Amino acid sequence: MDEQLIIAGFGGQGVQLMGQLLAKSGMKEGKNVSFLPSYGPEMRGGTTNCNVVIADDPIASPIVGEATCAMVLNLPSLIKFEDSVIPGGALIVNSSLCTQEVKRNDIKVISIPANDVALELGNIRVVNMIMLGAYLELTHSVKVETVLECLKENFGPKKQHLVAINEKAIAAGASYVK
Amino acid sequence: MNERILMKGNEAIAEAAIMAGCRQFFGYPITPQNQIPEYMSKRMPQVGGTFLQSESEVAAINMVYGAAAAGGRVMTSSSSPGISLKQEGISYIVGAELPAVIVNIVRGGPGLGGIQPAQCDYYQATRGGGHGDYRMVVLAPSTVQEAVELTQEAFDIADYYRNPVMLLGDGMIGQMMEPVTMKPIEKRELPEKTWAATGWDGKSRPRAILNSLFIDPAVLEQHNLKLQAKYAAMEKDEVRVEIDCPEDSEYIVVAYGTMARIASKAISMARAEGMKIGMVRPITLWPFPSQALKNCVTDKVKHVMTVELAAGQMLDDVRLSIGNNVPTSCYSRLGGMVPTSREIYEQFMKLGKGGNE
Repeated sequence: MDEQLIIAGFGGQGVQLMGQLLAKSGMKEGKNVSFLPSYGPEMRGGTTNCNVVIADDPIASPIVGEATCAMVLNLPSLIKFEDSVIPGGALIVNSSLCTQEVKRNDIKVISIPANDVALELGNIRVVNMIMLGAYLELTHSVKVETVLECLKENFGPKKQHLVAINEKAIAAGASYVK
Repeated sequence: MNERILMKGNEAIAEAAIMAGCRQFFGYPITPQNQIPEYMSKRMPQVGGTFLQSESEVAAINMVYGAAAAGGRVMTSSSSPGISLKQEGISYIVGAELPAVIVNIVRGGPGLGGIQPAQCDYYQATRGGGHGDYRMVVLAPSTVQEAVELTQEAFDIADYYRNPVMLLGDGMIGQMMEPVTMKPIEKRELPEKTWAATGWDGKSRPRAILNSLFIDPAVLEQHNLKLQAKYAAMEKDEVRVEIDCPEDSEYIVVAYGTMARIASKAISMARAEGMKIGMVRPITLWPFPSQALKNCVTDKVKHVMTVELAAGQMLDDVRLSIGNNVPTSCYSRLGGMVPTSREIYEQFMKLGKGGNE
């Protein structure tokens, strides 16, 4: 396995958390992982992204220039990273915010109206988990159970009640992958 | 202690320092190393140590000077412009022969520059940096795990020679997360700090005076010769390097830190195309692994290329090591731009085309 991932969106959408959850889950399953966040004068509402590598072999570069999968949570991210996906790779698009058509026809595109799905589930903050659910269903690079285990650890004792809606969000995202 | 945990480079450096017995940290915030002081502010009180956010970098390095003089294991961290401010203090610490660890998570320069990864402080780090004729061991980790090991080494090297040691990284290694095992390094025999200024009872020993002022030039020359002897010992015993250079290599790449990782992927790509290419990764930038590099440059070698986030600063050391008989060049990105592995691979392929006729 050599998953080279780009995750991008607005600050506050949970892009960095998605990346960290994937990296931590990969580590728990005994894989080699790296997580490289973009850093800068970013703030809520600005754009942010991260690179995640999950691989069987030791990881040379933590920088993802040629992604096996990109998850884009907003329009600027689609424009910026559409061309970074390798032919035959996958692009998971939050179509609620990406009002523009995907130009590539040599990659697998999964469109999810993640904002709308999240609102239906009752919490706009699970957009990232919906996107993540689709990725997990598509690649099975790490197990959903492992991601949930990491999420439980992240939440701590006082926020365990939030695990349920995140689990639902992951399942909802997965249902968009055929 | 052998559990793998996912940690940011900056945090791993801080935890490794605490594991090495660092109990004093003084610093002033600057991106992209802020997780070091942040982590220290939480951890130092838990281990009975001192965390202090000073009013400036100059104050921080002078606090390091004081704590080192009192025999503590002490660290400061900053990024390029902040490290420039610390140079006077570093020079005094060298002059007074005190151990300390200084972390530079380099950003693009000059001036305030930017905050993205760079290696443009190579000259400053490897040539001393401040005034006076001195050197420091400079350690350049390329993975978070290696940062954990080298941070601990840094304290031992500093104590062993009574000289500051610099850990040189960039924003990429500071910000990225990788699984690490927090295991202690092998213990080194270290001399007792009998010189430390810990309070004088007036009889059991002479007063501990730690000072970098020597008015008599004859005395100062002797002091300098003593320092130079230490640097000669470091050059003999402290060189660290990783070599991946098959004997039939026609091209050699020299890269350090995170750039070495990006270059190593480019090397795999070039090898897949049949290119005979090897890599030398200096882990100590000073002392530079001159002999190790020289040994790799056989008569088969057509070109030696450095890949740097600087305009060929390390190239100088490469040429000092191997002379001018083999063509050399540097591929660089500047100002915080980081090349992709493919970009570097394309440079290698160009080199191959030019050199194979």
